[in-house]
Amino acid sequence: MAAEPIVVIRELTKSYLQGDLNVTALNGVSLDILPGEFVVLMGPSGSGKSTLLHIIAGIDRPTSGSAMIQGINIANLNESQLADWRNQNVGFVFQSFNLIPVLTAAENVELPLLLTDLSSAERRKQVATALDLVGLADRGHHRPDQMSGGQQQRVAIARALVTDPALIVADEPTGNLDAKSAGDVLAILQSLSRDAGKTVIMVTHDPKSAAYGSRSLHLEKGEITA
Amino acid sequence: MALPLKYNYRNVLVRWRSTLSTVLGIALVVAVFVLLRGLARGIESTNGNTGDPRNILVVRKGSQAESGSLVSRDHYRTVQFLDGVARNAAGEPVVSAELVMIVSAARRGAPGEANTLLRGITARGMELRPQVTLVDGRWFTPGRREVVVARRLAGRFQGFEVGGTFKAGAERLTVVGHFDGTGSAFDSEAWMDADECRSIFDRDMYSSLLLRPADEASAKQLIDRIQNDKRLSLRVEREVDYYAKQTMTAVPIKYLAGFLGIAMSIGAVFAAMNTMYASVASRTREIGTLRVLGFSRRAVVACFLIEGSLLAMIGGVVGSVLAWAVYAYVVVRGITFGTLDFQSFAETVFQFRVTPDLMVLGVIFSACIGFAGSLLPALRASRLPVISALKSL
Repeated sequence: MAAEPIVVIRELTKSYLQGDLNVTALNGVSLDILPGEFVVLMGPSGSGKSTLLHIIAGIDRPTSGSAMIQGINIANLNESQLADWRNQNVGFVFQSFNLIPVLTAAENVELPLLLTDLSSAERRKQVATALDLVGLADRGHHRPDQMSGGQQQRVAIARALVTDPALIVADEPTGNLDAKSAGDVLAILQSLSRDAGKTVIMVTHDPKSAAYGSRSLHLEKGEITA
Repeated sequence: MALPLKYNYRNVLVRWRSTLSTVLGIALVVAVFVLLRGLARGIESTNGNTGDPRNILVVRKGSQAESGSLVSRDHYRTVQFLDGVARNAAGEPVVSAELVMIVSAARRGAPGEANTLLRGITARGMELRPQVTLVDGRWFTPGRREVVVARRLAGRFQGFEVGGTFKAGAERLTVVGHFDGTGSAFDSEAWMDADECRSIFDRDMYSSLLLRPADEASAKQLIDRIQNDKRLSLRVEREVDYYAKQTMTAVPIKYLAGFLGIAMSIGAVFAAMNTMYASVASRTREIGTLRVLGFSRRAVVACFLIEGSLLAMIGGVVGSVLAWAVYAYVVVRGITFGTLDFQSFAETVFQFRVTPDLMVLGVIFSACIGFAGSLLPALRASRLPVISALKSL
């Protein structure tokens, strides 16, 4: 029996005003994503790929249509429920790493766990496991500015998976990295999907990066074209 | 759950240049605030530290202070022989009839003259005030134009040294000793024989009577007895209560502390606000990230309020320590302060005090400045649209 999709998008539209202009970012997108898939969203700038990613991740709201993630229509959640939902269900990886500069790698990874009921010892254990998974077990006490871009992005991945979310979203995760570091980061994301069963959705411009995914979707003018 | 405190203090330290200028600004505001409160506290404690709880003070009905009171010699005699008045070893009633006069004396080390309070006391006056001790010279001899002045006053007026003379009415008084009033209101007085004082100023009446009841039960009876006797028309209260109420002198300084405190704190609030707005602006993406990770708007507001308060409290601690350093300097140098007593119009000498509770008050005051200054920046931080915050550089 085929697995139930973890992401079910139906007739999703998103439009917003830019000055006097009404811009349609998404135009009736429908999409199913299965657990453990590594879906790559591609397309030119302004195609709506980041908007789609933001809606799936619960940091933006659709104008119409539904976005069911693990059976929950996240469009119906209020802001505080959505914040809790994000904390428990989604791990984020950004292009610019978005680490907190005054906190060490371990403290950055621990941040999402501060919103859970875990004890300090349990948190430390999970942080160590997550850092170990991205190969940075010995760099926990370093600040972001003491690390290379690739290492910072691996810390960001550790932060994304420390709460053990079902869904990991990555917005141009290799955009600021050299080829070698980009390869390392993509390999980790691929292994999370293939070996740990995480659903990974990644936005990228780079066809080489797209090769790491199990499925590529192409967006243009707010619609999935391929 | 809120963000960890280390996130706040590290941010405060990382932005050390803007932190330093804000901290110094707030430190100065807090130092001035604590020093002014210390001045008011000094005056209050001088009055609060005056008198013996066993004594009761009698003034004319309607008088708020001794300086505006008149008590006749008849009344003195009547009160002296009331039941319940304590008697000393010699069997004499422990009652002192006193005259309070204002004399003008030349300042030492500064131009001009200032008023000082001259108290004429009768023989029992010293027995009634064990907190006053002779520290230099001798007590005055009754019947002579001699005076013993408070040691703290001696440094402030010309001719107040032992052996010196100063003018009172048409006469010259010779200073024969110095007393120490142990930080009480008596430290602003000069004492002489009451009858001699009456004769110099040609007064028939005394200003007040100070007496010691035999015991606590007698005290209550005496107060009722004198208070309710329509022929006497006198007002009675415990000596300590009388001085505790003479706090009007501290009122102008308290107002000044309040006014300056408010005016300067408004400036300090804007300084803190400026720093916190700058902090929010430079951390927009960080705030977006925190919100994406699941931290609520409320957590972001709390984070910036804590950070602003923390920043200001560093200033508060520095300011309080600065005020304490000024206080320590003043104590080491033995500097005393004088101000005008608005009831007697005489100069009142006091020692200002920076106590630990005032320092704590200064830090609380700074926390309020920080809280008020970070409120708007914190609200702005919490309302940043998450997506555009994430994209900010």
